Amino acid sequence: MPEVAVDLRHIIKEFPGQRRDVTFRAVDDVSLEILEGEFFALLGPSGCGKTTMLRMIAGFELPTSGEILLRGKAMQDVPPFHRPVNTVFQDYALFPHMTVLQNVMFGLEMEGVKKAEASRRADEALDMVRLPQMADRKPRQLSGGQQQRVALARALVKRPQVLLLDEPLGALDLKLRKEMQIELAEMQDELGITFIFVTHDQEEALTMADRIAVMNGGKVLQVGTPEEIYDTPNSRFVADFIGETVFLPGLMAGKDGEFGWVQLDGVETKIKASLAATDIAENQSVTVAVRPEKINLFPIKGKVRYPDGSSDEASEYKTALLRDPDINLVEGIIKSANYIGTDTRYTVSVGGHDIVVRIQNYGLRSDTHFEPGQHVNVFWDAETVRILVQ
Amino acid sequence: MAAQANVGGVKAVEAGTRGGWRMALPGSLWLVAFFLLPLVIMAIVSFMSLGARKTIVMPFTDANYQRVLSALYLPTIWDSVWISLVTTIICLLVGYPLAFFISTRKSQFARQLALFLVILPFWTNFVVRTYAMQTVLAREGVLNQILLSLGVIQNPLELLYTPGAVIIGLVYGYLPFMVLPIYATAERFDFKLVAAANDLGANDWQAIWRIIIPLTLPGVIAGFILVFIPCLGAFVTPELLGGTSTLMIGNLINSQFEESNYPRGSALSITLMALVMIALLLYVRFGTREQT
Ligand SMILES: Nc1ncnc2c1ncn2[C@@H]1O[C@H](COP(=O)(O)OP(=O)(O)OP(=O)(O)O)[C@@H](O)[C@H]1O
Ligand SMILES: [Mg+2]
Repeated sequence: MPEVAVDLRHIIKEFPGQRRDVTFRAVDDVSLEILEGEFFALLGPSGCGKTTMLRMIAGFELPTSGEILLRGKAMQDVPPFHRPVNTVFQDYALFPHMTVLQNVMFGLEMEGVKKAEASRRADEALDMVRLPQMADRKPRQLSGGQQQRVALARALVKRPQVLLLDEPLGALDLKLRKEMQIELAEMQDELGITFIFVTHDQEEALTMADRIAVMNGGKVLQVGTPEEIYDTPNSRFVADFIGETVFLPGLMAGKDGEFGWVQLDGVETKIKASLAATDIAENQSVTVAVRPEKINLFPIKGKVRYPDGSSDEASEYKTALLRDPDINLVEGIIKSANYIGTDTRYTVSVGGHDIVVRIQNYGLRSDTHFEPGQHVNVFWDAETVRILVQ
Repeated sequence: MAAQANVGGVKAVEAGTRGGWRMALPGSLWLVAFFLLPLVIMAIVSFMSLGARKTIVMPFTDANYQRVLSALYLPTIWDSVWISLVTTIICLLVGYPLAFFISTRKSQFARQLALFLVILPFWTNFVVRTYAMQTVLAREGVLNQILLSLGVIQNPLELLYTPGAVIIGLVYGYLPFMVLPIYATAERFDFKLVAAANDLGANDWQAIWRIIIPLTLPGVIAGFILVFIPCLGAFVTPELLGGTSTLMIGNLINSQFEESNYPRGSALSITLMALVMIALLLYVRFGTREQT
């Protein structure tokens, strides 16, 4: 078991509100354990309290209540300049009057490292972020991506236990951003420093992080690996914020362990799906969260074609599917079809609900294509669909 | 930001190279007629001699300058320099924190009110204000009475007609010229840089020394020049508050012209200008180095 690098215990941060008698809760009872060497992402929409969380870990803000421990040591009375964390700021905050090299050396000089030694280590850090030839430039003579690298080098050169990154790629264009995502992840792997990475880009969090905490309105809604967050969201907000999801309202009709059955309005068949919470009661109104890529379609009449070229009668295929108790199968009508290259997006009407379905285009287009107005069988595995509290 | 400013600068320069000289013509003529010409005349006169009945006559001589740099005048010139220097340093020590305090007020109203208060004294004539200062510093003045009634002192202090009084008067008069340019740079200062410095291990003093002061240096230098140079040439303040004990170059120049000794007055004026030029050259040499 790796050690806990950052331990946040019931952190609350309140700011004075608009009027004097009200306070605004930017962070609302957050408890997190971030492990040594982990790439941890704080993901959430703008204004949900991500920066405030980082500022408290760095020591620029004190929590209204709660405790922050770094490697088991309480940080309550430790000023920012004595904390073993460094920050890459949202807008880099490079010192404009210093050269790139001086910027990177600054943190070492503050530690009392000798000039020659500091300069050597700063050079190394600039090498690492692939900026060696820029050492004598001023920050304003650099592009956004280069400034970002300097900010990174300036923080990494201090070899912090924990590196806090506040949307460091936010200002970069898409291509550079993708490159930097890969580089950052590699660098983190190599150095073994714990990264706490703030972003509001769900894709970025999913591709880079070992674990993600999804935040909204100052609260942490769910913590887990990217797979856990994506496949088993525990709330409507998480399902909606990460990836694409269609929500179908219905009533709980029964449950058995981790699974439940939902009666959707206007659909006869009860839908089997995995429960996001075990305390969901029968007859409670719930919402079923469906991911477009987890749903399959096949025609009611005619043949079903497989990627390997073989085919089956649709009716036989259906009988075989229904033998599996975990398969949900309903009938629907194609409302629209949008060809988007690798996939085709269909909107299928099932008992008055619009379900978005994404089908990969393999083989010839005609093999997998459905026309608007066509009646189709719609099926999915119970595990891939979640029952969430309304 | 910087790139945009550059683009704007390039445009302005291009516009300037086109019909720019025509726009500069009236101003140039004005400067030639009322600044350059008198300056040249003064420079020439400063090398001439005083004739009978205070006329200005040939031959050319450097006697006036020898006189200016003699034991008679040199102490006064030296007094002028150190009084101005002390005044400027006090203005800096008071004005720098004040400007920062004002620029960091959250409400815009508070900032504007504070700036308004800083320049409020300008609404009254400088000579009148200096007379007012006389009554404040006098033996039976307001300051002594307050200090006496508070029991801080037992006997009234001799404040008026001392170098101290001149410095107090000059600080009072020129403080706004220090506060305003520093305020202009402090207002633009990004406090996130201090957070970044703290994050990298700098304590507050190190952050002030390595980040805040270098980045506000242009304002400090501008303030230094705006205070130091007028102080060097001050003449009302030492006249009214320094009495006979504290003379400055301005008083010497004044008395020479009053006695109609134009050559010597001119030589003193040129000397004052030389001092100012030295101050400006130091600024160009050291002050502009940071802004590459
Ligand atoms: N010093 C402050 N005083 C008052 N309110 C604040 C302060 N700092 C942050 N807030 C409020 O706290 C909330 C969270 O702010 P925070 O900067 O942490 O958001 P964020 O998640 O980082 O957003 P973004 O993605 O836009 O950077 C916001 O509603 C913000 O207005
Ligand atoms: Mg933020």
